[in-house]
Amino acid sequence: MSASPRLADPVLSVDHLTMRFGGLVAVNDLSFRVGRGDITGLIGPNGAGKTTVFNCITGFYKPTEGMMTLRHRDGAEYLLERLPGFQVNRRARVARTFQNIRLFTGMTVLENLLVAQHNPLMLASGYTLAGLVGLPGFRRAQGAAVEKAVAWLTRINLLHRADDPAGDLPYGDQRRLEIARAMCTDPVLLCLDEPAAGLNPRESAQLNDLLRSIRDDDDTSVLLIEHDMSVVMEISDHVVVLDYGTKIADGTPAEVQSDQSVIAAYLGVEDEEVEAVEAEVGV
Amino acid sequence: MSAPAPALAAAPAARPALDLQAILKDALLFALVTFGLCVPVVAYRTDLSSTSALDLTPRWGLVAILCGLVFLARLAQRLILASRDARRALTPSPRQATEAVDATPNAAQSVSRFGLPLFLGVALTFPLLAALGTGGLSESRYWIDLGILILTYVMLGWGLNIVVGLAGLLDLGYVAFYAVGAYSYALLSTTFGLSFWICLPLAGLFAALWGMILGFPVLRLRGDYLAIVTLAFGEIIRLVLINWSDFSGGAAGISSIPRITFFGLPFTADEDGFAASLGIPFSPMHRVVFLYYLILVLALITNLVTLRLRRLPIGRAWEALREDEIACRSLGINTTNTKLTAFALGAMFGGFAGSFFAVRQSFVSPESFNFLESAIILAIVVLGGMGSQIGVAIAAVAMVGGPELLRNLDFLKPVFGEHFDPNEYRLLLFGLAMVVMMIWRPRGLISERSPSVVLKERKAISGSLVKEGHG
Repeated sequence: MSASPRLADPVLSVDHLTMRFGGLVAVNDLSFRVGRGDITGLIGPNGAGKTTVFNCITGFYKPTEGMMTLRHRDGAEYLLERLPGFQVNRRARVARTFQNIRLFTGMTVLENLLVAQHNPLMLASGYTLAGLVGLPGFRRAQGAAVEKAVAWLTRINLLHRADDPAGDLPYGDQRRLEIARAMCTDPVLLCLDEPAAGLNPRESAQLNDLLRSIRDDDDTSVLLIEHDMSVVMEISDHVVVLDYGTKIADGTPAEVQSDQSVIAAYLGVEDEEVEAVEAEVGV
Repeated sequence: MSAPAPALAAAPAARPALDLQAILKDALLFALVTFGLCVPVVAYRTDLSSTSALDLTPRWGLVAILCGLVFLARLAQRLILASRDARRALTPSPRQATEAVDATPNAAQSVSRFGLPLFLGVALTFPLLAALGTGGLSESRYWIDLGILILTYVMLGWGLNIVVGLAGLLDLGYVAFYAVGAYSYALLSTTFGLSFWICLPLAGLFAALWGMILGFPVLRLRGDYLAIVTLAFGEIIRLVLINWSDFSGGAAGISSIPRITFFGLPFTADEDGFAASLGIPFSPMHRVVFLYYLILVLALITNLVTLRLRRLPIGRAWEALREDEIACRSLGINTTNTKLTAFALGAMFGGFAGSFFAVRQSFVSPESFNFLESAIILAIVVLGGMGSQIGVAIAAVAMVGGPELLRNLDFLKPVFGEHFDPNEYRLLLFGLAMVVMMIWRPRGLISERSPSVVLKERKAISGSLVKEGHG
């Protein structure tokens, strides 16, 4: 068995996931697992349905069919397709980033990280009432939240820009800030939609280090969509390949790289093969 | 090696030259368009002649004056803009710089440094200033009434600012909550004889309740759709008040609503009145001054609560919602509840203001709560700069106090003739002011956002980065 041993204890199991938009089948009977403590890469050519899978997992789409089970370490199980959108993050603790960065551009870097800690802070502020009169319990919670934000800013090298508006940051910093913001919600599963898009090789290497440290130090499993193969093949423990909404390969990076159907999906097939198939079906 | 030096020295001198020819051409074009518009409208006046036939009176002189004025105004505008652009090209913008640039204090900072204490001081001593200025308390009644009116709109603007400015939800029917508050006090006091001080919180609660009732079905809508539905809600409340005569007195409204008391002491000339209890001579102005301070306190409470809420998680969630609703959902924020609290709180302050309106007028009718009121309150928020408290206050003074100023322009009569009534030009000037604002400050008087939490250094956030919300 060459697959990651951690697949025996998956943090997320996706079973028979199907998503139809009218007549278009974006995802077709997809099943895969995300091992606890793994970095799992989800790859495939453009239009393969990767982002649709992400939107189903993170509660933005309700899948047409299928089941997505998220398991916490303490044994709690959540059926993601049944949770209302915001509860996927709040209760099941799945965080995500977006392909086109969605920071709160008019708020400072620090504020962005505090918004991510909204739910624990709301509780500490007694749903605003205790906070309004300024009880000490809320002040402590707010202080702790700022400390956590500062710790994350130190990790992503943005502490010196804490009071600048997020919209003023350069692109690479915005990508890292979005990951830090997602991490501030204490997720068990972090879903990253093309985190390396638009990064230069140096920033891309920094990102690899950050993702590895998230996997190793934070008890957070990572599921990422990525086109940059240098990122996927280097840091993934397990890779799932999609094409036309169907899974065509699933295994370690080395296995996937040598898989014939993956090569065919990415590079196409020889002309003779096409002719042979056409002759078979009688076109 | 000394070759580059002259080139460097010459660089600052290469400031963009004013393209006078283009500017003149542009101004001439404007004058030509004005001429084209004037010919059918202004150039001839039709008068009834003595034989009751129509006479054409040519007014080419007036046309020439108008065209000349437009030419000069456009010329001046272009010249001012061109010199400003030239100045800007020479000074680097702090936002483009990679290292620290000496930033001049921006509008928000300079206003808050000098303006805030001044504003508060004037607001607190306004009745005294008015009395001194007019030479007596009774003579200052007009000014204090005007102050009350302005402060009512300041409070309404601050209340709506929670919904529109912070949460980014466009609400065109805010006046409905103002009406709910006013009718709450009017009905509770005339039917059950409850005092104002009991009705005030109740009115706020009722308005908040209606905010939620409206909010539940409506808040899944966004942008234009939300605006239309809130507009309809405002009209529905008004139409119900007009037509449900048994309940609300119909179009005639509710009159003889009990007046304000000084925490139980009525402002009357009686034995147990306010003046007699304090042993001072009775004056009807006591009530007016008390009303002034009451609305001042209510407005300041609105302001303080809003400023406090901005620093709490709920306020930050409102602003995050305005910035990006989808990102909020991915961070586990219950967007429906968050919008609902913004709607309910905004409505609550509208309800407080409404019950104040009822106790001040001692008469309410549906006529006071038409769409124009909603539009004025929204205009105050947008002109002030969405989300900025001081900007909203300044805009309220300008929008409500400005038209009143026009009434006092009698000294212009010798200039323009005996039939000149500046009040007739109110809407014209209002429109002109809006156009000027759109050109000069499209994001409102104070568009900078001040961060709600700071690690080391407070920096204002440029309005161009702050989103306006979309639903």
